[in-house]
Amino acid sequence: MVPLSWYLIFAAALFSIGLFGVLARRNAVAILLGVELMLNSVNINLAAFWRYGDVTRMTGQVFAIIVFAVAAAEVAVGLALVISVYRRRNTVVADEINMMKW
Amino acid sequence: MSFWNDPLNVTADWLMGIFTGWGMSEIVAQILIGFLGIFVLVALLMVVDIFLVWVERKVVARFQDRIGPNRLGPWGLIQPFADIIKLIIKEDTTPGGADKVVYNVAPILSMMSVLILWAVIPLAPQMIGVEDLNIGALYIIAAGAIGTLSIIMAGWSSNNKFALIGAFRQVAVMVSFEIPMLTMLLIPTIFAGSMGFNDIIQAQYPVPFVLLAPLAAIIFLIAAIAELGRAPFDMAEGESELVSGFNTEYSGMKFGMFYAGELLHAFTFGGFMGILFFGGYSLFGLERIPALAWLNSPFVHIFVLIVKAMIGYWIIMWVKYTLLRIRIDHMLAFNWKFLTPLAFVLLMVVALMNALLKGSPLWVYTAGMFLSNVVVGWVALEVARVYSRREREKVEGVATT
Amino acid sequence: MTGEQIIFILVAVFTLVSGFMVVTSRNLIHAALWLVSALFGVAVAYALLNAAFLAVVQVVVYIGAIAILFIFAVMLTRKDMRDQGPQMNPNWWAGAVLAVLVFAGLVFLLLSWGGLSATAADMPADFDTISELGNALVSPDAYVLPFEVASVLLVAALIGAVYVAYNRK
Repeated sequence: MVPLSWYLIFAAALFSIGLFGVLARRNAVAILLGVELMLNSVNINLAAFWRYGDVTRMTGQVFAIIVFAVAAAEVAVGLALVISVYRRRNTVVADEINMMKW
Repeated sequence: MSFWNDPLNVTADWLMGIFTGWGMSEIVAQILIGFLGIFVLVALLMVVDIFLVWVERKVVARFQDRIGPNRLGPWGLIQPFADIIKLIIKEDTTPGGADKVVYNVAPILSMMSVLILWAVIPLAPQMIGVEDLNIGALYIIAAGAIGTLSIIMAGWSSNNKFALIGAFRQVAVMVSFEIPMLTMLLIPTIFAGSMGFNDIIQAQYPVPFVLLAPLAAIIFLIAAIAELGRAPFDMAEGESELVSGFNTEYSGMKFGMFYAGELLHAFTFGGFMGILFFGGYSLFGLERIPALAWLNSPFVHIFVLIVKAMIGYWIIMWVKYTLLRIRIDHMLAFNWKFLTPLAFVLLMVVALMNALLKGSPLWVYTAGMFLSNVVVGWVALEVARVYSRREREKVEGVATT
Repeated sequence: MTGEQIIFILVAVFTLVSGFMVVTSRNLIHAALWLVSALFGVAVAYALLNAAFLAVVQVVVYIGAIAILFIFAVMLTRKDMRDQGPQMNPNWWAGAVLAVLVFAGLVFLLLSWGGLSATAADMPADFDTISELGNALVSPDAYVLPFEVASVLLVAALIGAVYVAYNRK
């Protein structure tokens, strides 16, 4: 009998780890890895609320599936952008892609 | 509930009695029995794998008009054991500059992705690894995803250009051909109303699905051969093209893991062809005749499934040793421009015909589905023919009659 | 400690450690492979929550497609086989402080919510999750519209990614 709190705290911890990855890494692809962790933690939250609430209402699972689709779309476009930037500027370090900074 | 009717449960209860008699708690005994079951299944599969090495070498020899191994033992049956001994005593090299952990984990993952497939294959109605997983058909794709990952790990960690290119190409092919395979897995799901393998087999009682959707069986076979990385789609084992693809740097038992894993994977997909389209462990419904009720024994079921898996495996080998390897860009173009649209069109046609003909008598239903498949296949071949004629005119510059 | 709790703790520790290695690995390919193990841990968590379809789709979509995409992208965007330079920002400590603050805030919020120690009700017998999910996704008074919009989003992403990454010779 796992209490709901355990799942929610687990998801919160995964979210903070992903947040740390986004804020602290230099490589653009590594930043996207952190974003993936955050999306997964959100999905765990949704699935846990589906299970611990009314199981006959599929809202939680449907939401999680839509998040799968959105995450896949975002990773595809994000990595395409990173590869395109690499071709022009020969770098993927986020600090060095600063042509539009003031 | 005698042993002959339900071997797994009877054995499990007997073992549980022994273990709790020794003073173990129920949960620990349960876990231990689970592990024992997994161990027995994996051991049996490895034995089948050894046998498959022999089958493969004999069959390829016959296709190439020679005899094959016949020195060791009758008909060369001891040959695979000699192969194993050779692989074990070989030097286990790791290339300099290779990523040691990833390099060593890749063959393990590759073999694992094949063995976990057997958790969902129903050997008999009561003998299935995971108690009727209701997403069995999707589980195949998930296990294939882990296999794809192991290939790219092997290719990258070898620190070798040829291995990397081979791995890239093989992964591109595997990821691309997952789509027609997934679509074709949906067709037995539509017919059976469930993704669980037991339900799919039980729903094939009057008519096996190969008669309802033959084109689906053909497309599934093509996609499965591409997923397995066997000729004509064998970018990985591109012998004489990329040295040896992603397993260039692997020697000894690690290579043995890749090789044996590939053969077992082919056998497993022969089994899936049998389950999804030819009725799996059921002998085409013969065991429902009261006079032949002895056919209901699980051991007969296992035998029927293995025979069907061997027939599927033989077809896969037949294709491998007959056809030439396809160029990588032709492979991908074939998938994205021909096979995937065809798979989607077929799925829509099958779903539509299923909805339209749902209430009609059985022979109308069967004839309607079969004819719709034939029409879709014929139209697809016509489109391919027109397209290839146009391409040929472009290349040759003259109109061919 | 029931068996289920022990399994959950093992899975959670495995996933959190993998996640931590994702964000602190110097070698980017290793980070991508740690992401694979973290995603696998999340899939096991879904299976523990009786969301079998989500677990399998997680493995197929995330590990089978997205993680492989990451590995390809890491391999295609490096000048050299080795990673160069420091992998962390100069201000990584600020990121760490912020992450800890966010975690503390979330835990505080959760603890002040009443229904927190709810335990799971048993699944109703004979409840076919898959067919209910399928019905919810395509039924007009359920979620067919978000489903169709998600498919349009995927087509847009597909076209966009191909266009952006296309190598015009």
